[in-house]
Order: sequence, then structure tokens, then C-alpha cells
Amino acid sequence: MFDLTGKAALVTGATGGIGGEIAKALHAAGATVGLSGTRAGVLEELAAELGGERVHVLPANLGDADGPDGLAKAAEEAMGAVDILVNNAGLTRDNLAMRMKDEEWDQVIAVNLTAAFRLSRACLRGMMKRRFGRIIGVTSIVGVTGNPGQANYAASKAGMIGMSKSLAQEVASRGITVNCVAPGFIETAMTDALTDDQKAKLMPAIPAGRMGKPEEIAAAALYLASDEAAYVTGQTLHVNGGMAMI
Amino acid sequence: MSDVAERVKSIVVEHLGVDADKVTDNASFIDDLGADSLDTVELVMAFEEEFGCEIPDDAAEKIATVKDAIDFIEANQ
Repeated sequence: MFDLTGKAALVTGATGGIGGEIAKALHAAGATVGLSGTRAGVLEELAAELGGERVHVLPANLGDADGPDGLAKAAEEAMGAVDILVNNAGLTRDNLAMRMKDEEWDQVIAVNLTAAFRLSRACLRGMMKRRFGRIIGVTSIVGVTGNPGQANYAASKAGMIGMSKSLAQEVASRGITVNCVAPGFIETAMTDALTDDQKAKLMPAIPAGRMGKPEEIAAAALYLASDEAAYVTGQTLHVNGGMAMI
Repeated sequence: MSDVAERVKSIVVEHLGVDADKVTDNASFIDDLGADSLDTVELVMAFEEEFGCEIPDDAAEKIATVKDAIDFIEANQ
């Protein structure tokens, strides 16, 4: 099941816990993967771990104006195509709204939302021609529920869901699906930043009684990338241990 | 019929799956040939590929008929 042999996948934010696991899962299913992120050294390590011909390291800074278009081009040159695009790159700049700086707002929207749009736009051209494409956005539970201190992050993640639904309607007739995976609290560097006190308060809100693992997000992304998910589009798959049932 | 016109018309026939005799100079892609907005984007992409030219977005928006496409390509080749 879920055979991606012959498919080329570009994963942004592959330096992170979730992005790295998604790249591994797609690679294990047979896809050629393009690993993108800002830290080339970490990407090289992941590439070495995966090994073989089907891995390309494509460092990029998606916060730069020409970052997304440059990355799409580099990925198509390296792999010949982008059949599967995983918009996973994201950052947080948490602050209470009343204290939030314009830069904190702008940076988060630029990387989490604007770059995802530009990359999608750039990759759609080839997907339309090939009559196949999978665009997967890694959004967040807080894009649906909100979260104090994360007005910028929640807005960017909610924006990604709305964008995906719109794109999904535009290109569904061409064999291209556009979906999101919405992780709850997952064991990554991003949630390591939470204090033990914060984590202790969080646990009772998670019916599964534990935080999620990056592999559990990767499994959802793998499904959405597969041929088996061809009839699933415009959806958000929530993987959150029951924390929010939407 | 010029070479450009012939190639444009054959792309339109192939892409929209319409009869060649319906693809007249004044036929509108959307009103006469049943194209939707996404089809017109794809047609422009196909023209760009066939003729090795770039059709900027503001020019693409003005290409509504078969003749519009032929004229643009002949002027920009």
C-alpha cells in the first residue's frame, strides 16, 4: 500500500522533526525526495541517513522574496518534476497580541503562509501538465481552535487551510489534490520550548494522554500523497490524540 | 492560413476536444468553445510551449478568441 515509486516529492522544513519524518516516510514509500530547509548541514545529515540516489538537498530561505520560486525551480531541475509538494516549513514568534511587533506578525505570515502559496503556485504548472499532483500543507490544531500568544501563527495556519480549500477547487479536475494535515501537540523542537508546567496543564486536554510523535504526522502525509487518496481533496486531517474533534 | 494559425488551432482542438470546424478566428474560448477559466490558463501554457515564447499574465488576460492568440504570437515571435 502507498507506493510512491517514480514520484518526486519536495518537503520544506525538512530540518524539523515533522518535516524530517515526512521526508523519510515518502522516501521509504519509493519517492525521490528533495529536502529543503535553512540549515544545509542538517539537511546533509538527513540525506546521508536516507542514502542512495533518490535524495536531493535543496537549501532555501523561504522568508526571502525570491526564496519560494527559486526553490521550486531548483527542485524541478534536480528531480525533473515536483509531483508531491509538502509545505511544512513554519516558525513561531509567540507574543500576546498587545505586545506583538509588526515584524513578529510579518515574519510568521511570510514563511508559514505566503511562501506556501508561492511554492504551490510555482509547482502547479508542472502538475497541471502531468495531470497529477499532491499539495500537502502542514497546518496546526491552533489554526482551527486559536491559542493565546499565537495570533500570528494561528492566522497563518488558518490561512493555509482556506488557501488549500480554494486551490483544491481550482485544480481538482486535473488530478491534483490539495489537503492539510493538522498536528496537535507533537514531540518536536517547537514543543520542547514549552515548560514542564505548560505541558502538565496540556495533558488533561489530550484524550490519548500523551503527545504525538512526528511519525504519526508523517503517516497522515503519506496517505494524502498516495494514489489511494485521489478522491480526498480540500480536507484537513487532524492528528491530535483527540484534543479537538472537528 | 498561416503556420501560426494552423498550430494554434490544432492546440485548441486537442486541448478542448472540440471539432476543428468550430475553431474559427472569431471563436471565443469561453463563450463558443466551452472552455472554463482553468482551460484558458492551460491553453496559454500550451501556446508558450509550442512557440517558445512567454505570454505575460496581463497579455494572457486579453486573449479571449482564437484570433487574439494568433495575433499575439505573430507579433511576439
